[in-house]
Amino acid sequence: MAEVFCEDRTSRTAVYDDGKVEELSSGQQRGAGIRVIVGDTTGFAHTADLSERGLLEAAASAAAVAKGGGGGVRTIPLEQLRAHSTRARFLPDDVATSEKISLLAQANDAARSEGTSITQVQASFAEGRRRILVASTDGVFASDDQIRTRFNVMCVATGDTGLQTGYESLARTEGFEVFDDADVGELGRIAARRAIAKLSARPAPSGEVPVVLAGGSGGVLFHEACGHGLEADHIVKDSSVYCGQLGQQVASELVTLVDDGTVAGEWGAFAVDDEGRPAQRNVLIENGILTDYMWDYLRARKEGRTSSGNGRRESYQHLPMVRMTNTFLLAGEEDPDEIVAQTPTGVYVAKLGGGQVNTATGDFVFGTNEAYLIENGEITEPLRDANLIGNGPEVLRRIDALGTDFSMMPGTCGKDGQSVPVGCGQPTLRISGVTFGGTSS
Amino acid sequence: MSELLEIADRIVERSGSGERLEAYVARGVETDVRVYEGAIETLSTATSAGVGIRVLLDGLDGARAGFAWAGSLEGEAIDRALRSARENASFATPDPMVALAVPDDVPPASVEVSDPEFSTFSIDDKIAMALEAERLARSSDVRIRQVDSADYGDTSVAFAIASSTGIRASADRTAAYLSVSAIAGDADETQTGSGLSVGRGPGSLDPAHAAAQAIERSARMLGATKVASTKTVVVFDPRVTSTLLGVIAGALSGEAVVKGRSFFEGRLGEQVAVPSFTLVDDPTNPRAFGAARFDGEGLACRANTLIGDGVLEGFVYDTVAANRAGTSSTGSAVRGGFAGTPGAGCRAVVLGAGTMTPDEVLANVGSGVYVQSITGVHSGVSPVSGDFSVGAEGLVIRDGELAEPFREVTVASTLQRMLQSIMAVGSDVTWLPGVAAGQTLAIGDFQLSGS
Repeated sequence: MAEVFCEDRTSRTAVYDDGKVEELSSGQQRGAGIRVIVGDTTGFAHTADLSERGLLEAAASAAAVAKGGGGGVRTIPLEQLRAHSTRARFLPDDVATSEKISLLAQANDAARSEGTSITQVQASFAEGRRRILVASTDGVFASDDQIRTRFNVMCVATGDTGLQTGYESLARTEGFEVFDDADVGELGRIAARRAIAKLSARPAPSGEVPVVLAGGSGGVLFHEACGHGLEADHIVKDSSVYCGQLGQQVASELVTLVDDGTVAGEWGAFAVDDEGRPAQRNVLIENGILTDYMWDYLRARKEGRTSSGNGRRESYQHLPMVRMTNTFLLAGEEDPDEIVAQTPTGVYVAKLGGGQVNTATGDFVFGTNEAYLIENGEITEPLRDANLIGNGPEVLRRIDALGTDFSMMPGTCGKDGQSVPVGCGQPTLRISGVTFGGTSS
Repeated sequence: MSELLEIADRIVERSGSGERLEAYVARGVETDVRVYEGAIETLSTATSAGVGIRVLLDGLDGARAGFAWAGSLEGEAIDRALRSARENASFATPDPMVALAVPDDVPPASVEVSDPEFSTFSIDDKIAMALEAERLARSSDVRIRQVDSADYGDTSVAFAIASSTGIRASADRTAAYLSVSAIAGDADETQTGSGLSVGRGPGSLDPAHAAAQAIERSARMLGATKVASTKTVVVFDPRVTSTLLGVIAGALSGEAVVKGRSFFEGRLGEQVAVPSFTLVDDPTNPRAFGAARFDGEGLACRANTLIGDGVLEGFVYDTVAANRAGTSSTGSAVRGGFAGTPGAGCRAVVLGAGTMTPDEVLANVGSGVYVQSITGVHSGVSPVSGDFSVGAEGLVIRDGELAEPFREVTVASTLQRMLQSIMAVGSDVTWLPGVAAGQTLAIGDFQLSGS
């Protein structure tokens, strides 16, 4: 199989820091990545030179690894181009820079109005447009036009106990219309309140405790606890704790987990993946039973099946691999407030940070950005940030309550040095016991 | 004169009146080989090049800065980047502290970070090294069930920087690495460990070392369990220490400090660590992985003492952060390639070498835990608040020696307390990729969270 992946990418960021428009930056990049697969070997080369000569040189370089190839010329009938245009209604590129700056100033002012303990505010805006075209000797011929818009606020609060930080972000696979319904001032206020609350926080607990995760607090739990372990590249190499578990109970029966690249506007959404496959909805775990893994072209071919639309790459300079899109747990039937009320003691996590997993052992960590003690079924004192640690299958079996609420959060997922935008979502849920990595014994 | 410097010069020549201009031009060649079960799984080779342009528009209230980059060195792409940088600058807030670097009198150190033999290695030589590392990892120890990846990678990059304020610099560097990731255990158990060999070129790589390290680190984890929560001393493996010092180096960035985003803010001259603790950022040390002649603004890199005998002595600065702090650049501008603007950061941080061998450190500690790898640094360590909580695995230390393995626990403290609780520093300085050297390091007063 031979494949050409062309990409044209533009980006713009504006940073409002310490009350000033400090940095405005824009960039453009265009090039092609050429992949040649012979047997189990992949040759890859990329070039920013899109002339015929540049492309042929890259192709020769990619094909060099396929020694002993038959040679000759093969004519491949391509599908009719499946072209996808963006659904963005307002291209950020068409919006005046002054308008973007006024949003940043608005978020800054709102954050600072939360109190004099807010000593630093950084608000940033980023827009990106990524146009891709994929053609392969399998006949694939598809294009996509992806527009993403992001707004972040980071605050530092200063008090007797030192410095604390609070973040909030909004990120959608949409154009400037994302700000039609969003209140950037509220993003600033949330970030500021998070930082301020932690000034009076006590050290997080050490040891196993029941944990309630708020709806949309990050969803990174599933991303790490099983998402990565369900990527087929780990499965075919026996380097996932979920190897050979198809059809088995791998989670509490409350758990139905979906990866879905089609959810319009979500941060991990697209029309076609970076191998030209349409995005699709894949149920990974249904009522606790493992139903399928996630696949890209290469791993699917090995198993004689089709890709699940999970072949993604950071840019034309990278090889595609199995990646998540928008990964979320479906909502349950309990009142979120009741879940807290029925937890005598524990920790309530309102906002999660990032995480990391060892897919082979299943051990994973995820961090908190806003958490509180639960005492007598009520949310009480704020806690300082810490990581939680658990083993994927074990933690998934301990999910014993699921709320009716649901929301998604954007994130950036890193794997083998490549970063891609992903979405994570979940309802309010409780884990009956997980190890909290604080300092308070 | 290098071709890249010529390109940078030509861009700078276009600066108009009332503006200052800086061009950073870079080109890199990269090879990556991954092998699996004795065959090539992927082989990638590629060249990339680009330019980053900063424009400062001068005004009465200070300068306005704009930046733009392009992943190409073609005339049209450069033209567009210059246009965008100027346009971006027109929207920035005037700021008297914003400036480009101006040449100072510090001469660059004569550090050689390019391997002259680099280009003499063929792609087949490189493939052979990856295959050899994988073969050794698979065949040397029956406890190894799987080698899920064995990678060879190298880069050769060159950059040039020129500005209308008189900066002109160019440099190149090469690097190569081998890494092996192994899985130990029978069907009922899985433990992982990785091995690494790094150098300036393929000739300094050692496949046997990378394989042996992957085997040792995964096989010694067999039988690992979650241990009980306790207060404990932690001895960090050199690789972990390198990560840890990297975080502390981030908090010593003058940029983070002037922006109030470092727990070191306002503590200059104070005893922030035990008296035996000395931390220096020295990119002029040719052995340092991050050694360099020029910083990201084209000034000479120099040695900067950050913490001396436990006292906070200074921070690292680029030009703008230095202006804000009322001092001058320490030659510490770093940038993430042509698409990034410069910021202040360390390149080659190292603790003063201790007098104890790693075994002596263990003996000295007596009981505690030896941590061979950590996870969740991004989510659990804050250079702003100093909060520190990471996932950890390694071996229990009993009677001054390594004993049974553990995993799935966290170790937590604060960076402030850790610096005041250092018990022993190993003599085993190892330069690793990243901004800091690794060495065995014992720190007391951690809370371990487990079962």
